[in-house]
Amino acid sequence: MRSWIERQRNIIDFTLCSLLRRKGKNVLLMLVYTLVVFVLASVMFFTHAIRKEASMVLKEAPEMVVQRLVAGRHELIPLSYIDEIKQIRGVSFVKGRLWGYYYDPVTGANYTLIVAADDQLSPGRITVGQGVSRARLVVEGDTMEFRAHDGAIIELEIGKTISSESELISSDLILISDDDFRRLFGTPRSCATDIVVGVRNPKEIPTVALKIAQLLPDTRQILRDEISRTYDAVFNWRGGIMILIFSGALLAFIIFAWDKASGLGPEERREIGILKAIGWETSDVILMKLWEGMIVSLSSFSLAVILAYLHVFFFSARVFAPVLKGWAVLYPEFKLVPFVDASQVVALFFLSVVPYTVATIIPAWRAATVDPDSIMR
Amino acid sequence: MRKSSLFLIYIAINIIFFFLIFAHASYRRNADMQLVAKNMEMARKLELTDLCLFTEASYIRHLSQADVHTPFQDYPMSVEHFPSGSLLGPPPTIKKINAKLD
Repeated sequence: MRSWIERQRNIIDFTLCSLLRRKGKNVLLMLVYTLVVFVLASVMFFTHAIRKEASMVLKEAPEMVVQRLVAGRHELIPLSYIDEIKQIRGVSFVKGRLWGYYYDPVTGANYTLIVAADDQLSPGRITVGQGVSRARLVVEGDTMEFRAHDGAIIELEIGKTISSESELISSDLILISDDDFRRLFGTPRSCATDIVVGVRNPKEIPTVALKIAQLLPDTRQILRDEISRTYDAVFNWRGGIMILIFSGALLAFIIFAWDKASGLGPEERREIGILKAIGWETSDVILMKLWEGMIVSLSSFSLAVILAYLHVFFFSARVFAPVLKGWAVLYPEFKLVPFVDASQVVALFFLSVVPYTVATIIPAWRAATVDPDSIMR
Repeated sequence: MRKSSLFLIYIAINIIFFFLIFAHASYRRNADMQLVAKNMEMARKLELTDLCLFTEASYIRHLSQADVHTPFQDYPMSVEHFPSGSLLGPPPTIKKINAKLD
């Protein structure tokens, strides 16, 4: 066993010397390799963590939301619909929800205004998310001006700011009283933005949704299950334009790595010829090339995955920030809970390390089986 | 020091970091569960349906509430104009087949 280990170490010593002789080319290869795996691993970590967190937080989303559609667009829903839905067997509660968007011309940001049903605010007071607080440079006790639907200016005092820990769901929120919301947007007392429906038995939700659709044909029903599935599709790293662009870079890297690994240069062929001439077996040459592939790919892969983890969970995925922020003026600053899927890391290992290592062996085996004399000529 | 020793030390350090990644992830998950529970409570109380990931447009802000093909509502030839739209896969409801035609 000791002699086997010593033999491997001798081969690693020799391989490292051989790699260092072509320092520039190999360092560049490792840099590109690390960068590609780093971006892939970062995308994987980021998307998995965000989808996992969404699935947990949105478990508490309303069981069913009923929205009225007019000419294909979301329209205010009459509160009289509540009484009709209440008559359906299996429905535990029905209530109207008031929410909407407010474009702030001062900052150019869009806010989400919500009337909190359980936590009624007194008129004239609002609670704002951290994103709103940052965008408008306001804190508790300050006032914010809003332009109402009729052009009147409404001043509302900030009673509280929502904790920065929950920015992922509350950054752009403004919690407002029922009266102020209706005054601001001119929403009639007889209407709500949409209706939230609770169902006693979760198995009956699709049946209740179907009954509502039959009873109120101008409505659409959004189930909690659909909300969760939406977030499964969000940031799907196998889809979207981002992966399309990235796949171009990945293909370029594959060609580069394949060319480097599979096509032996004349210098490398001569090296194999000399090794064979001085007594190396074909198996020794293959072992050397195996180690060469392992050194390049394993070093790059492990470093890239570690850097990707630090990037996503310690530095809030800064590299992706310009894409994620897009045109948004107001952007949440959140730290993701590190949900790491080990199977994804293993898949990435088999997609990056194994093909590269195998690709280095085949040409070396071909060169090593040829007569050394003909290689060196 | 032999070059192989340096390489093996480098790989050993990386392996240790790999284990540290999973250990750190597990520790942070346990520590952050309270925060997730707090967010769940807020989602329940405020009847929230979406995460606040993008605020560029209403259909990007409330993904689950957006109408199918929302960007195209602006005018028939309108294409997606927000960068975040490029990150999203198509909503699952689009792929739903209501009835087989043949």
